[in-house]
Amino acid sequence: MIEFALHNAWLIPLLPAIAFTLIVLVFKPMPKVSAFIAITAILISFLLAISIGIGVIQAGDEFVEHPLKQVVTWFSMNGLEIEMGVQIDPTSAMMLFVVSLVASLVQIYSLGYMHGDPGFSRFFAYLSLFATSMLGLVIAPNLLQMFVFWELVGLCSYLLIGFWFFKYSAREAAKKAFITTRTGDFGLLLGILLLQINFGTLDLMELGSKIPHFTEYGLTAAGLTVIAAILFLGPIGKSGQFPLHVWLPDAMEGPTPVSALIHAATMVVAGVYLTGRTLILFKTVPGAMAFVAIMGAFTALFAASIAITQTEMKKILAYSTVSQLGYMMLALGAGSLTASMFHLMTHAFFKALMFLGAGSVLHAMHNDPDIWKYGGLKKYMPITYWTFLIGCLAIAGIFPFAGFFSKDLILEVVWANSGLSGHAHGPFQGLYSVLFVMAALTAMMTAFYMFRMFFLCFHGELRDKHAHPHESPFSMAMPLLVLGFLSVVGGWVGWPTLGEGQAFGYFVRLGEFEHGHWNFFLVGLSTVLALIGIAGASYIYLFRKVSHEELSKKWATPYKWSFNKFYIDEIYLWIIHNIIDGLGRFLWWVDLVIVDGIVDGVGKLATGLGSILRRVQTGKLQHYALILFAGVVILVIIMGFADNSLSVSLLGGAR
Amino acid sequence: MNVMFWILAVITLGSALLMVLNKNIFHSALFMVVTFIGVASMYVMLQADFMAAVQILVYAGAIAIFIIFGVMLTVRGNMKQTNLFSGNVEFAGLISLAFVVINAIMVTRTDWPLSTATPPEETVSTIAELMLTKFVVPFEVAAILLLVALLGAVIIAKEVKKTS
Amino acid sequence: MIGLEHFLIFSGTLFCIGLFGALAKRNAIAILMGLEIMLNSVNINLVAFSRYITTGDLTGQVFAIFVVAVAAAEVAVGLALIVAIYRNRMSVNVEDFDWLKW
Repeated sequence: MIEFALHNAWLIPLLPAIAFTLIVLVFKPMPKVSAFIAITAILISFLLAISIGIGVIQAGDEFVEHPLKQVVTWFSMNGLEIEMGVQIDPTSAMMLFVVSLVASLVQIYSLGYMHGDPGFSRFFAYLSLFATSMLGLVIAPNLLQMFVFWELVGLCSYLLIGFWFFKYSAREAAKKAFITTRTGDFGLLLGILLLQINFGTLDLMELGSKIPHFTEYGLTAAGLTVIAAILFLGPIGKSGQFPLHVWLPDAMEGPTPVSALIHAATMVVAGVYLTGRTLILFKTVPGAMAFVAIMGAFTALFAASIAITQTEMKKILAYSTVSQLGYMMLALGAGSLTASMFHLMTHAFFKALMFLGAGSVLHAMHNDPDIWKYGGLKKYMPITYWTFLIGCLAIAGIFPFAGFFSKDLILEVVWANSGLSGHAHGPFQGLYSVLFVMAALTAMMTAFYMFRMFFLCFHGELRDKHAHPHESPFSMAMPLLVLGFLSVVGGWVGWPTLGEGQAFGYFVRLGEFEHGHWNFFLVGLSTVLALIGIAGASYIYLFRKVSHEELSKKWATPYKWSFNKFYIDEIYLWIIHNIIDGLGRFLWWVDLVIVDGIVDGVGKLATGLGSILRRVQTGKLQHYALILFAGVVILVIIMGFADNSLSVSLLGGAR
Repeated sequence: MNVMFWILAVITLGSALLMVLNKNIFHSALFMVVTFIGVASMYVMLQADFMAAVQILVYAGAIAIFIIFGVMLTVRGNMKQTNLFSGNVEFAGLISLAFVVINAIMVTRTDWPLSTATPPEETVSTIAELMLTKFVVPFEVAAILLLVALLGAVIIAKEVKKTS
Repeated sequence: MIGLEHFLIFSGTLFCIGLFGALAKRNAIAILMGLEIMLNSVNINLVAFSRYITTGDLTGQVFAIFVVAVAAAEVAVGLALIVAIYRNRMSVNVEDFDWLKW
């Protein structure tokens, strides 16, 4: 089984594709059959993914050094070879596992959540298409295949955000998502092209060996930094880094399973995954890596500061996703593939869990998203309550939940690069110190806003008197339980003292395996910060010692800025209306006045010239005769007094 | 002979000039007659007696009368103002002057292959012989042309009766 | 000695006077008269050439006779035209005959 899975990994993205085709072409009128096909396909893919995972772990460091690669040549011409295929190494195996797991759970969840929706079959078709695209992305052996599937996941995101297309806000959100990620994809494509031009290949393994010797290919360090920065624009768009984060909160217009699958666990991490796959490029030019780290840390802090004041459950979770993605980018920016991928995995677990839990709550509260209407849901939906609590503890980074280990690892790698640790090297020590402080601050804010939401939703009294909350059906509760379990134990693979053949960092790494160790200072610091955050949240929202309204009035200006998302959307709209549309209007003027003027002018020139020249025709014979004789005189003068050749030519040439 | 040439030349050119410059069309017509006779005398100087006779018969006799007929049929208003200059008089004068000058220059520059034979005493018989042997076809065609011109002139100048 | 050049210059001058008359006068009959002068000058040219260059061969004079014949025909038709126009337009001023203008 394991051998079969390892050598036929191409089946994993293929099966959901077949499900998509079948549903779209044949089974659309039959919702239950469609769901059955989709779930079967994704579960088989999940089984294959588990087999691959087991196979990779059993092989020790063989796959780390020599990833299994199977490619077919799709297109080749002189100087350009494009291949499509599969690359199995621990990173892609981990991603396969995570993606297929969350996809399966979300599809099972959707059985209950989307029950009765008229677009039920369509939903499963789109989910299958998305599973195909994401799975194809993570096993891509070269950047071009990754880009193809990158765009496909973008398409699926558009389709799924705008799933309820009859809603204006959903349509607009889908467009916004697509256009914003497209803006980033422009940079990504440029980066890919530059890499192809300079290194002659897009294959990840070949690039990995060529890029460190970039001077042989005629590039300077500055040039390579620019290429890396341009390439990074794609992940900025797809993974919601500032300033292209604006689409993620709006993407919550889609159904909650979509938010859980795409905008928490899988699609948005595509940017992180791409950066991780090309990390060798960033590591070769530390300037680019510092850029990534700055973007990540800033995004984390920025998004967390917005999440503190939001009033919709899914929006808080969306900003939380942006913030955690910032963490992952920060980890990559500190040079650690391990920390980033580890956090990616644990985040997938607890964020998907919390989104599905939020879906549960929305389902119970009949899609009213305002958390100020909730309260006291603990006694109505215990399963949701306890799993959500696990999720919040995980994201806050409390031992022994999953988020503790991954967040700690990130703090560790940033600390190691910063001047504060005392044994860092490189020119950016001071920068990483600042970033460390930002990351620590974000950790505290994360705990605060997550527990704010938790207390407001599940504790106290139900504020909306007309609601009738109830627990979700089993199809929705089962994924919560599975993810809850994984959020508890999922971090234990990163237990710092695990050694070779066992530790997460042994398999998923770039470079040499570094044995982990307990850094009790950092552990203590992160736990203390998390506890401060939780305490603050409980102080205000659980025990009501301080009124939140008074606080929001006392800190009116920061509150306003945070609540209005720092007016980024408004700034973008202003830019579009004034600068881009203004440019459009200017060019319209150019076309109307200058281009049409030229064209009309040519016509007018002909007409004008004609109306002047026609006055030669006076109708008077004497004038004509005069001109004729004048001509004769001139000709005679020329022929008589000029030299011979001119006369001959006037006569029409001589033989 | 030289003197005669110059006198006749002056008369001919002078009357031609007066014909062109005159403002009274009838006077112009009369000057034209004098010009024709002057040209006939030039023919005589050139030993072309038959030509001179033809000139007087046809030109001074028929065509001049024709012109006078035309004048009489079309004149109206003040006789003195019947033959004024048009608007192009300066330009036309310039062109004509240029033409004269160029012609004179050309003629004096050219190397004419003059013949030294003596001209025949009387030309009528030679012309008659040429006309009826070598140039008989143009001769007949010219006759037809005159017939056609006659008919044409009659038709063109005929009055169109208005049908009521 | 009166040579060929004298006659040629004489006829050239006569031609130009006729040309001037044809180009610069208003009355259509005056133009016709200028035309006749031009034809006469051409005739003189022909006869002069016949006299001085091909003496004995009177082809030039024959040509001149034909020119006279054609000139006569042309005057006939021309005057008929002028009379017809006069009848229609009450004018023989060529500056009025501009119906073919722009």
